[in-house]
Amino acid sequence: MRITLDEETCIGAGQCVLAAPEVFDQRDSDGIAVLLTETPEEDQRAAVADAAIRCPALAIRITG
Amino acid sequence: MTDTSSLPTTRAFPTARPAGCPFDPAEDYARFRTEESLTRVSCPAGIDAYLLSSYDEVRALLNDPRLSSRAAVSTHVVLDRDLDAPTVPGSILHLDGPAHARLRRMLTPEFTVKRMQALREYVRGLIDERIDAILAKGGPVDLYQEFALPIPSLVICELLGVPYADRDRFQAQSSILVSTDAAPELMAATSQEVQQYIAGLVMTKMAEPADDLLSRLIQRGNESETPLTLEELIVLGLSLLVAGHETTANMIGLSTLALLRNPEQLAALREDPSLAESAVEEMLRYLSIVQFGLLRNATEDIEFGDETIRAGEWLVAALASGNRDESVFPNAEKIDLRRNPTTHLAFGFGAHQCIGQQLARVELQEVFSRLYQRIPTLRLAVPFEEITFKDNALAYGVRGLPVTWDA
Repeated sequence: MRITLDEETCIGAGQCVLAAPEVFDQRDSDGIAVLLTETPEEDQRAAVADAAIRCPALAIRITG
Repeated sequence: MTDTSSLPTTRAFPTARPAGCPFDPAEDYARFRTEESLTRVSCPAGIDAYLLSSYDEVRALLNDPRLSSRAAVSTHVVLDRDLDAPTVPGSILHLDGPAHARLRRMLTPEFTVKRMQALREYVRGLIDERIDAILAKGGPVDLYQEFALPIPSLVICELLGVPYADRDRFQAQSSILVSTDAAPELMAATSQEVQQYIAGLVMTKMAEPADDLLSRLIQRGNESETPLTLEELIVLGLSLLVAGHETTANMIGLSTLALLRNPEQLAALREDPSLAESAVEEMLRYLSIVQFGLLRNATEDIEFGDETIRAGEWLVAALASGNRDESVFPNAEKIDLRRNPTTHLAFGFGAHQCIGQQLARVELQEVFSRLYQRIPTLRLAVPFEEITFKDNALAYGVRGLPVTWDA
């Protein structure tokens, strides 16, 4: 599983951090989401899928 | 493909809730959701609009950059409103594209999950103080006035850096600003007063920066290529105040009433405060207090299914209807505090999704895990039928909530 995050699209709502705190964080400087890992462990799949569907900007893509 | 001229008959925009069901949206929505073509409605503002009533429609269109928010939030229900009035600089709710992103990005660091979690203890302290005060006073009390309103008001005042002595007056004025039934003269005068107050506050923070949101916002603007103007700062401050105040207050009041009417659910929450997180999402979904939805305007032709929405057409995203869509939320008309419906639309969707949602969550979670546990015998002090509701306000709620308990 590989995650991509479009920082330009991100609006800093923080939904991904709530859904998958082990994979996503927000930068202190601008609140935009950052990936803690691009290739999370398989046990994070459900949480990451939840993050992707909750993201109001549809800025998260999951491949593999 | 269908041209707008051949669309089905235009119906009236639904505003009335079913008799005796103050928590349910208008019955028309359920029918609209099953219709294949887009629904056309005529709105009190004097416009016709497409009504997006299913969950998927609401999500798809609120995330579409071809829709403008220039006449947001729910001006379609405001009688005779000029929907083509120019957008005020700093009005984050009404800006689109890069102009919106510029303001949003200056504000987002103030509302991150981390920063809001750090406020949790402060919020809990406030809640406990208010509960102590209520218990000391003894029932019956108006829980809306004595608890639901002050909590978010004090929190947003704290964030903005409003001096404590000014907070009561601030709260009363904000309450007038978000009502739809205040006399126009009072509305105008109050708006003027609050703007002047915020202007003074901004100028104070410019001269003497402190550790608060407004001071940091000024600094962040100054460090950017296009610093925030005084006018923008005033409008932003005003927007945050209004948005962060009455919405959360309405959620506290209305949720408490709905839970008192669903004693099994309330008992589950009372006995297991760890349910609070899921319970907050469910009450946000179930109540959808932005009751008239969000108004958008098409900036170009948009193909939607078999239909074309022409540039210049109005659209209303019915959040309350999408949140009751059975295809996404089975038994949507029932409160199920264990449902954890994290994909609900109560905070909107797309680039304008509520910037204060993580703050609202912390406030509501703390209320849900303190109030019902500390006052376990909480009950209405009047018959349910005597409770009145903000039927015309942009954010729905109770007008008052007289409660009592076993001393």
